[in-house]
Amino acid sequence: MEKLEFAKAGESMYHEKLENGLNVFVFPKPEFQKGYAFFATNYGGMDMRFCLNGEWRDTPAGVAHYLEHKMFDTKEGNALQELAANGASPNAFTSNDITGYYFDSTEKFEENLRILLSFVSVPWFTQESVDKERGIIGQEIGMIEDDPHWKCYMNLMKALFQRHPIRVSVAGSVESIAQITPETLYACHKAFYDPANMALCVAGPVDPEHICRVAREILPKEAGPIAAKDYGEKEEPRAAQSLIEERMEVSAPIFQLGWKGDPKADGEGRLRQELAGGLALEALLGNSSPLYARLYREGLINQEFGYSYESGSGCAFLCAGGESKDPEAVRMAVAQEAARIGREGIDPALWERIKKGVYGNKVRGLNSFENLCVGQAQAFFSGYNFLRFAEIFDSIPKEEAEELIANWVTGERAALSVVRAKEET
Amino acid sequence: MSNVTRRELFPGVWLRAVHTNKFKSSYLSVTLLAPLDRETAGANALVPYVLRRGTAAHPDLESLSAALDELYGGAVEPVTRKKGETQCVGFAASFLDDAYALKGEKILEPAAALLGELLLQPCTQDGRFRQDYTEGERQNLIDRIRAQINDKRTYATQKLVREMCKYEAFGVDKLGDEESVAAITSESLWQRYQQLLQDARVEVYFCGSADPDRVEEALRAALAGLPVNEDRVDPACDVRVSAGPEPIVVVEEMDVSQGKLALGFRSGGQTCWEEDYPALAMCNAVLGGTTLSKLFMNVREKLSLCYYASSMLEKMKGLVLVSSGIEFDKYQTARDEILAQLEAIRRGDIEDWELEGARRTLISGYLTTLDEQGRQEEFWLGQSAAGLEESPEEFAARLEAVTREQVARAAQKLELDTVYFLKGKEG
Repeated sequence: MEKLEFAKAGESMYHEKLENGLNVFVFPKPEFQKGYAFFATNYGGMDMRFCLNGEWRDTPAGVAHYLEHKMFDTKEGNALQELAANGASPNAFTSNDITGYYFDSTEKFEENLRILLSFVSVPWFTQESVDKERGIIGQEIGMIEDDPHWKCYMNLMKALFQRHPIRVSVAGSVESIAQITPETLYACHKAFYDPANMALCVAGPVDPEHICRVAREILPKEAGPIAAKDYGEKEEPRAAQSLIEERMEVSAPIFQLGWKGDPKADGEGRLRQELAGGLALEALLGNSSPLYARLYREGLINQEFGYSYESGSGCAFLCAGGESKDPEAVRMAVAQEAARIGREGIDPALWERIKKGVYGNKVRGLNSFENLCVGQAQAFFSGYNFLRFAEIFDSIPKEEAEELIANWVTGERAALSVVRAKEET
Repeated sequence: MSNVTRRELFPGVWLRAVHTNKFKSSYLSVTLLAPLDRETAGANALVPYVLRRGTAAHPDLESLSAALDELYGGAVEPVTRKKGETQCVGFAASFLDDAYALKGEKILEPAAALLGELLLQPCTQDGRFRQDYTEGERQNLIDRIRAQINDKRTYATQKLVREMCKYEAFGVDKLGDEESVAAITSESLWQRYQQLLQDARVEVYFCGSADPDRVEEALRAALAGLPVNEDRVDPACDVRVSAGPEPIVVVEEMDVSQGKLALGFRSGGQTCWEEDYPALAMCNAVLGGTTLSKLFMNVREKLSLCYYASSMLEKMKGLVLVSSGIEFDKYQTARDEILAQLEAIRRGDIEDWELEGARRTLISGYLTTLDEQGRQEEFWLGQSAAGLEESPEEFAARLEAVTREQVARAAQKLELDTVYFLKGKEG
């Protein structure tokens, strides 16, 4: 096993690639009560079109998420209950690019890890159980569609991108999940749940060698073929549409502003862009920026205001949103501030402060096992190590953030999504 | 090994310090504990938000953010919480632990000082809060109150509590109500603030690598400006033992695609102060507290009656609150089924795996509290508000001894008080 030291972050990480292609990452934390395990596949809501053994296949929206729900079924019963009976808190999520299964537990960690590895690698679907799940997922879709923040964000994706699958909801729609059969689920499991397409990340009072032994014992011995993915033609830089509006039951208008970026290929370049993008947002409209203070003072934004850099395979963008009585005014103000930064540059004192602040925040974030393990799995699938951020961070000059603002925060690349209250009838 | 100490900094001003090297951050909170009251709730909730706008030395958000950035991106959030019938208002802060400062500088002392400054040296105008800060935050608070409707799941439980405890302090929301907030002026808020500083019991919490003596010294210095008062108020909590003869049913219509059904039970006087409280905690866990619970396994999984179904426990008031998301036409079926599950527990109809699963999950939940600073702070604030000193480990140990019969007995004492149903608009 190789041991990697990340001195600045105060962390060590053990890594091994097993014979079956699975990559195992362990962060030993002897002083904690709980152990946390995260078992993920490089397969998410966006991966609807893929090729396995020379055969291209289009699947309905929502398969990855449907699969996540059904994976907990085992021949003997249900893994969720098995884990819960050991006092573990198991759960799973599906994002645009990955599906992850995890638990934390203070007792019987090894037994729980065996259960996790086993149920995720052995599919067990019947027509009856797949049909029954449709009702539950349909309810879940109904619930998220009632959520105005979710709606606002999804609408932004539709406005920013012409065709990239990030426009499609991870859970799919009631119509799309109607087409999912046990065969669809088996086929997608085969295409993406091979150990060689997966990562196991563990943090807690554990022995790294022992984790690898358990993984070797439970999982298939050899690597299988991995499906190739297709996200369609490369996106143009401009936003697909400038404004998208919807009316729902909300108390104040909710908005998301987005700026379409130029995605990086897998590798440390993606991490660097994420850090530069985050710093650019801090300088442009972050909590300690002059623009934030002004917008807050003028009542155009409130404490709900948030912002982030987001990326996936073939897409990258900046977004910022919250509640505002006048979202268009926020859009205008950000555009003006970006133009000002273009002329005058980022204030050097502000830049130094922001870097110190963001650095501290990122290090504090390492308290969370979830952040550490999910972060490493995602980073690994994108071709880098999560904890490298502390070193790379230092090497980003002010000019890099300025350039990112100049290239991305333009009228052509911008889209605004607004959810307003329904009109009184 | 973590080590918890509690000491009195000034009369009625307490410091609880957890000494541990586990984390990369220090957690620091200062909370004023006041009786929850319709008259003062809105103003109390508003105070920390207005204070967070600026201090005498850092008069605006920009200069405050700059100060926080210098402390490696420390976060200081105004918080309003409700623990039983105690309203808890103040600040929760997280700072980088001294060990990770790039130049070896100390972070605890300036961080504590900044927190003290936020609480005690506000930016003022004519001897009271600045008008624009008051008005801006008053509007934000009103927006926050109105926005509660956006998350229908939380809203349904809130509405249930409001209806169920209409004539008790607990029915008051932690943010107050819109009308009373709208009436607040910078002058009335200033008086409320002075009153709070004068009367409220103060709970200070620290968790991090610094030695408790050093923490005490830093906080004594930071809070030296608090008025001296030997009789700071200990808020009480009124416990109503029984429900009325018939459950109250409240139905509300809104433009939603999914219905919400919430049921409120009185615990027959079982609260965190009683010897048999662990049995009630187990009862709630078996009913709807985990993914092994009767509600989750039967109402959600087996019968597919709802997307979620869970229950939670208010330990000081002795309330069990069930919350579920259902199709509009499943109201009666879902309600009957939830009550049938409770009935099963009352009969002692609990499988071994249900009982042990609930126990392991609860115990694990208490023990992992020690692994997260925010959750640990929340736990200890709850204990302080209730006047209890039992640690998460100690409570976990008591859960080991709870029997099936005790769980059944706890369930037998539950009485359905109020039903709230949120459904879609017809037509």
